[in-house]
Amino acid sequence: MENIKYITENFGKYDISSIDSYMSIGGFEALRKAVAMDGDAVAAVLSEAKIKGRGGAEYPMGRKWSQARVVKRPHHCVVCNADEGETCTFKDRELIKNDPFNLIEAIIIAGWTVNAEDAYIYLRAEYACLRPRIINAIQQAEEHDFLGKNILGTGWSYNIHLYSGAGAYVCGEGTALIRSIEGKAGRPRMKPPFMKQSGLFARPTCINNVESLSIVPHLLRNALPYMQAGTKESVGTKLISVGGNVNKPGVYEIPFGISIRDIIYDLAGGVQEGRNIRLIQFGGASGKISDDRILDIPYSYESFAANNLIIGSGSVLVIDERTSVIDFLRYTQDFFLHESCGQCTPCREGNRHIRIFLEKIKNGIHTDEDIRTMKTFATVMPMSSLCGLGETAQNALKSAFTIFPEVFTVKKSAGGI
Amino acid sequence: MIMEDMINLKINGMPVRVHKGTKILEAARLLHIDIPHLCYHPDQRIKARCRICSVEVVGKKRLLAACATECWEGMEVFTDTKVVRDTQRGILQLIMADHEENCLTCPRNGNCVLQQLCSRFNILRPNLTHVAEHLTVRTGNPSLVHDPEKCVKCGRCIRVCKDVQGIEAIGFAGRSTGLKVTTPYEDDFAKTDCVLCGQCTVVCPVGALVERDDTDKVLDAIFDPAKKVIVQTAPSVRVALGDAFGLPDGSIVTKKMVAALRMIGFDKVFDTNYGADLTITEEACELIDRLKNNRKMPMTTSCCPAWVNFVEKHYPGEIEHLSSTKSPMSIFSAVLKTQYARQEKIAPENIFSVAVMPCIAKKYEARRPELGKNGNFDTDAVITTRGLIKLIKYIGIDFVNLQEDEFDDPMGESTGAGAIFGTTGGVMEAALRTAYEWLTGREMPTLEYTPVRGFEGIKEAQVKIDKYNLKIAVVHTLKNAALVMNKLQVGQCDYDFIEIMACPGGCVGGGGQPVTTTFAATKKRMSALYEIDRSSKLRRSHENPYLKKLYAEFLVSPGSDKAHQLLHTCYQARTKEFDF
Amino acid sequence: MIEDSGKFDLNDELKTQIETILDNHCHDFTQIVGILLDVQEQISQHYIPKIAAFYIADKLPIKLSAIYDCITFYDALSDKPRGRYPIEVCDSVACKVNDNGFLLETLKELLGIDFGTVTYDGRFTIEKVSCFGACDRAPAVKINKIVYGPLKTREQVRDLLKQFV
Ligand SMILES: Cc1cc2nc3c(=O)[nH]c(=O)nc-3n(C[C@H](O)[C@H](O)[C@H](O)COP(=O)(O)O)c2cc1C
Ligand code: SF4
Ligand code: SF4
Ligand code: SF4
Ligand code: SF4
Ligand code: FES
Ligand code: FES
Repeated sequence: MENIKYITENFGKYDISSIDSYMSIGGFEALRKAVAMDGDAVAAVLSEAKIKGRGGAEYPMGRKWSQARVVKRPHHCVVCNADEGETCTFKDRELIKNDPFNLIEAIIIAGWTVNAEDAYIYLRAEYACLRPRIINAIQQAEEHDFLGKNILGTGWSYNIHLYSGAGAYVCGEGTALIRSIEGKAGRPRMKPPFMKQSGLFARPTCINNVESLSIVPHLLRNALPYMQAGTKESVGTKLISVGGNVNKPGVYEIPFGISIRDIIYDLAGGVQEGRNIRLIQFGGASGKISDDRILDIPYSYESFAANNLIIGSGSVLVIDERTSVIDFLRYTQDFFLHESCGQCTPCREGNRHIRIFLEKIKNGIHTDEDIRTMKTFATVMPMSSLCGLGETAQNALKSAFTIFPEVFTVKKSAGGI
Repeated sequence: MIMEDMINLKINGMPVRVHKGTKILEAARLLHIDIPHLCYHPDQRIKARCRICSVEVVGKKRLLAACATECWEGMEVFTDTKVVRDTQRGILQLIMADHEENCLTCPRNGNCVLQQLCSRFNILRPNLTHVAEHLTVRTGNPSLVHDPEKCVKCGRCIRVCKDVQGIEAIGFAGRSTGLKVTTPYEDDFAKTDCVLCGQCTVVCPVGALVERDDTDKVLDAIFDPAKKVIVQTAPSVRVALGDAFGLPDGSIVTKKMVAALRMIGFDKVFDTNYGADLTITEEACELIDRLKNNRKMPMTTSCCPAWVNFVEKHYPGEIEHLSSTKSPMSIFSAVLKTQYARQEKIAPENIFSVAVMPCIAKKYEARRPELGKNGNFDTDAVITTRGLIKLIKYIGIDFVNLQEDEFDDPMGESTGAGAIFGTTGGVMEAALRTAYEWLTGREMPTLEYTPVRGFEGIKEAQVKIDKYNLKIAVVHTLKNAALVMNKLQVGQCDYDFIEIMACPGGCVGGGGQPVTTTFAATKKRMSALYEIDRSSKLRRSHENPYLKKLYAEFLVSPGSDKAHQLLHTCYQARTKEFDF
Repeated sequence: MIEDSGKFDLNDELKTQIETILDNHCHDFTQIVGILLDVQEQISQHYIPKIAAFYIADKLPIKLSAIYDCITFYDALSDKPRGRYPIEVCDSVACKVNDNGFLLETLKELLGIDFGTVTYDGRFTIEKVSCFGACDRAPAVKINKIVYGPLKTREQVRDLLKQFV
């Protein structure tokens, strides 16, 4: 299969501890280009490339930036979401590890585009070992006047601050993340007010995922290879993290449009010991599932939408036949049961009752009434939860209702009552 | 009304016009629809946490929280579709599965929001596994009881403690099903920053945060033939009690209350307003003394026990600013067990002194060792307005149709100045009336001193009395008090006299008032107290005839040594768990 | 059993360390999460003793309840003492389907402890945590910020433990 390196182009090409090394391969050229452009023009490039946010919510990035820059309130800021908490998702880790300067450059471009004064990187605590790389990159960028006062003679001042998460998946959600930076427990708040109006420290805030940001410098330098890759609606390439029961788990850059089969059997080296696939989950714990019937569909936004799947965080979790559907759902439910912030009733209590129903099914002691109630709550939760966690926590279960209906039938035991 | 500020929407097909910014829940009220709610409270910031107010809005994929969503032009809301019912009922079932319901023995039986919702949604049998864990009830203080098993995690108590009082003694902890509403390290309230103001017990929709109930103690005393059980009632109780019996907010029910107290079996029904008159007289005298002799200034009032707790816990260095005069309740009880006992020839230990208060911090105050003798407390039991409601209900009194009755003599006698003690600004106004007259020898030109009236958090004024140009301030809620104290600590506070009450609006909005108390109700009660003052024959505390008699026969004069012995007290910095 | 944190001695050395941490964070209470993480790192048992939380609340314009909320909310912060080398075993799906059950059992057996207990020498605790983004090394563990994995055999686990003396 053709090997494409666009977002990961710089991986291994420079000494990640040295800004000079980064500049020798064209580093900060994109920034120079950007400051010569009007912010709208930068946003237009992103819109042209149809980039959708890579953090999970899939919001069009060009639109986000052009909206953010015109917000009338002062003291705009940029947040880089490096909380990467979805299960089986570790692409941002690779981006920071192998190309920290590109991320810093991207965050500066973002600041220029949305007229920001500050940027905050929220790095999950689990990635603490990556902190020194980021700190070093920021420091060197400051020394080279890419950060600080009067950047590149534009008169514009901008700083990047690094904040650490402390182990909470929900802090990947924008409002929870800002609360965490503000020194509070990371419980989401209701929207509106929207982040672009009033986010971090009540300032207009533009928040993006690490991968979303990382594309930008490449795009400004040379958009062509990206524009030529992918499909009509899903332009360009994407980082995916493949894991579970595959032979070669890891992060791969792919052009949109290749088949799931290629991803699993070609890139990831197939299923361990040649076993059959039980199910595949896309987009982390909050993603939907399917079985091998979708192996030949293309990996793209439009084909996923048609197949009731979501790309989300870009993870591909392959579960082989050794794990039952119910066990998988239990594991997923355990994750949400642990990670719910607990402030709103449907999510706090709903998760634990869904978990109880799944346990009943596993033990074969469920009744028709149980299944009905479980289905009701699998709807009540997403309908009424406060934030995206509660909204998406039952995605896997709900897709299992359609893909694996047999799992939820009640077996009428012969000798039973 | 400007047209652009109005918005048209439909709720369940019915058109309604509202101001811009109105939330769906409030708009529905205009159509007389009560959308179920739990975390919503009219005086608090939006929390949007319980989600039981979820409603359908045409064009939205998900349900929206009615308490938090502003109406927009052309919006179409449905509050009664199947999804809405399934969701609201589902949420209620989720709450109930984690709720140790023992309504029959719960302090909130009969006025619990959760109970009302269950009855509305006809929850007849549980469909979910009961998951409530057993948690211990915390009762390590005389005022507050916390029963976490009943908590629905609405966060109302957290908001009031933080946004109104600025204390943050209680907060969230943990996450997911481990989420708790608790004091740090689950310590008892007495050990924390809590000042026992009780505001959290007013806003809690269920039986999770309640006052310590002392009504049984009172009934036991009433049943004891050896005891003379004497009750005093605080000024703000008479304007709040009616709320609980379906009367309009702020109804003045003084005489019905007196009749009810007699029926409950109290031997004498007296008025805390008498104590208030004494407090004013002593406090005015103390103020003049501090002014004339250049003693510690500014002087602050000390009648609010939550405020006193606040100073002792959080500003121990500023204790000297507190007036040493006892609160009306304690001054009353002190006189009751000395002068009155002597006069009536009753042994003090046979008097059981009960105070009906709008406050739960008073329960703590009554247990302060310095407010009693030889281990006997001057005030034997404090019950709140809510406690009195319970007693009235227990006796089975038809309160609304009760024959009116009068306070007993002599300590039922009081002035309008004593009555306004129950509202923010009242103590100041009353003290000014007396101080003015004493310093100038003339009556205050107008008794109604409006700059100190109203609901504003910090009110300032300057009054010229004689050669003094007094700078005064009137403060309510402890969040505002902290603002003043922080200035005072750094010497940037040039007031002479500050009145501080912990609760919003003063005692009329106290932590022991009915659970239906809101700012709106509080304001009505404030007006009612001013009405009582206006229609009083005597309106200056020092004119109270029994008070004059007390000084003449027993205490010599205000501020005398004897008066100090009986009517003044002292304060103490509190020990901390860790002192650095 | 894990010792009660009430007995922790806040000595002068630790006080100075906390002061330094507060200075590094410009005494900015909004940085409380970072402050707590840094303080926790100074304490060999990787937790925030109650007295330290009180101390920080005393030094910053932030209430104890807010600090307690953070300590109990975030997984990376603990209010209970842990081992010097807390072994955080991923218990999310990618590690689970790669038999982290075997890993957990082996750890318990080799160390002779269960969840919530410390080895006799105070070195190890075993904790189950959510996915830490090392799913390509499943089943994985994390010990003081460093990821180890995949750990599929008894020998691999034993070799891992030997590194921590
Ligand atoms: C529960 C929850 C967790 C999330 N976690 C992450 C995350 O770890 N990383 C991330 O980039 N976005 C995460 N998101 C999405 C963010 O809220 C937000 O949409 C994203 O950071 C925006 O950036 P993007 O438009 O570049 O994707 C999460 C959302 C929710 C609801
Ligand atoms: S949906 Fe879950 S995570 Fe989100 S606010 Fe509600 S309880 Fe918290
Ligand atoms: S809090 Fe309400 S529902 Fe719960 S036991 Fe008490 S009265 Fe019943
Ligand atoms: S009694 Fe007052 S100070 Fe104490 S927790 Fe309740 S609201 Fe806060
Ligand atoms: S104690 Fe009462 S007010 Fe506080 S969160 Fe619980 S139910 Fe709500
Ligand atoms: S009342 Fe609306 S969410 Fe609680
Ligand atoms: S599932 Fe174990 S590290 Fe991600």
